[in-house]
Amino acid sequence: MSDLSTPLSGNAAGLRAWLLSETPDSRRQAAWGRSYRGWLNFRRNPLGMAGLIIVLALLVLSLAAPLLTWQSPDVQHLAQRLAPPSAAHWLGTDELGRDLYTRLLFGGRITLGMVVAVVVLVAPLGLVVGAVSGYLGGMTDRIMMRVTDIFLSIPQLILALAFVAALKPGISSAVIAIALTSWPPIARLARADALTVRANDYIAAVKLAGASPARIIFRHILPLCLPSVIVRITLDMSGIILTAAGLGFLGMGAQPPMPEWGTMIASTRGYILEQWWVPTIPGLAILIASLAFNLLGDGLRDVLDPKQS
Amino acid sequence: MAAPMIAIDGLRVRFGAREVVHGVSFSVARGASFGMVGESGSGKSTILRAFAGLAPDWSGAMALDGQALGRRRARDFFRRCQMVFQDPYGSLHPRQTIDRQLAEPLQIQAMDGIDARIRRALEEVGLPASARFRYPHQLSGGQRQRVAIARALITGPEVLLLDEPTSALDVSVQAEVLNLLADLQAARGLTYLMVTHNLAVVAHLCPWIGVMQGGEMVEQLSAADLRAGRVAHPHTAELRALSTELEEAG
Repeated sequence: MSDLSTPLSGNAAGLRAWLLSETPDSRRQAAWGRSYRGWLNFRRNPLGMAGLIIVLALLVLSLAAPLLTWQSPDVQHLAQRLAPPSAAHWLGTDELGRDLYTRLLFGGRITLGMVVAVVVLVAPLGLVVGAVSGYLGGMTDRIMMRVTDIFLSIPQLILALAFVAALKPGISSAVIAIALTSWPPIARLARADALTVRANDYIAAVKLAGASPARIIFRHILPLCLPSVIVRITLDMSGIILTAAGLGFLGMGAQPPMPEWGTMIASTRGYILEQWWVPTIPGLAILIASLAFNLLGDGLRDVLDPKQS
Repeated sequence: MAAPMIAIDGLRVRFGAREVVHGVSFSVARGASFGMVGESGSGKSTILRAFAGLAPDWSGAMALDGQALGRRRARDFFRRCQMVFQDPYGSLHPRQTIDRQLAEPLQIQAMDGIDARIRRALEEVGLPASARFRYPHQLSGGQRQRVAIARALITGPEVLLLDEPTSALDVSVQAEVLNLLADLQAARGLTYLMVTHNLAVVAHLCPWIGVMQGGEMVEQLSAADLRAGRVAHPHTAELRALSTELEEAG
């Protein structure tokens, strides 16, 4: 077994044996082994894999946009406006003669960037509010959950619209507005998990070790709330994309000439009958991105569902 | 005479509006074992949880080694008194390795030599070193209960509260765990306070027994008296008859 004790000791088969060892030699090996088993599980789900591959492809295409395109997304060629797809313009051009392929890739940066920003704001907030509320119970729980209810009771798009209208329209206000309305479902989910987890004897055992409430919440409760929150957030990402694009379409999100997908549809919607590909292409991008996040979320749910292990 | 290790006087415990323990008093000397028997819902586990600080709504007096216990337990209390739970499938964190769960009490109590202590603890409860970095779902029920015992003992407590430590295990494994508990007590001079509904188990480990019924301790007697049938309270006789019947049937 000694030759398997390190992942660097040789070929892929050695690494696999190290990962799948029933008797790991360190916490690190045990944790990696656990993740690897999860990955093997996930890999058997073709739809989930398709979602993952598309999401990764979209991220890579967006991040590498300057390398994959040869012009600025804002440069206008009025002589070639509304051109159909061709060798020079792979996806055609829009109403100002801007290259749609270029704008689509750069637009991915904005749309997916908004999604990432919302998730970074929302996931930790919802997770902590839910876990603290569920574990502590009593008055803390009541106050925190009523606040959550208030945010839940307002329709997402309406609050976002009101918020963006009160501030100035733009990407950052759109992100804050979407974040404000996206955290409550996550907090409720985490709270439900925390409520079931806290009744377990292993939490009583940690209490008997003398652990403080903060230590119990962050080291023992939160990790068990994480899987369902990850699944939920992944499924929510498609909704976030739609809301972000919707705000852009309504003129409350990204502002022209920014190549955001929703804004791109809004500014060319008049051409849908004659030059149908101009608004359709960003629409397809939105469809594919939200579908991919949904597929990924479903695949993750099958692997991460705590009821399985 | 020194103060008893565990002293409980007029203990009443409430869950919401319902009182489940109505004034129970007993004491356990240092190094002794006291067993509580009774039907489900007779309040025996609740007494353990109240003593451990897990049932906050209680009145009466409880003391550990002469020191009265208040509403909140000091960190030092958890170093001296630990608990083993009934269900080894529910008492180990499903997402943490055995190593991490054994290290947790040591880190909280800021003790040194964590690595050596974990190795010694596993050895002491008869678990192979290879079990150290496994997750609970990779172990059998008996092995898990050994881990739970190792976790309870790792900070070197003097008192162990045992909440039906064998009832979730196979009969053959039950005997192993009981023998392990008896050996550990002999080696470390531990004081046991044990709860069970199995008279054979309690008589095996505890020379002195309290019988619980409906939240009250109706009788205290020695294991020898119980075996010989010298019982005073009808509920004790009832439990004893039931257990004898079961043994004969089995």
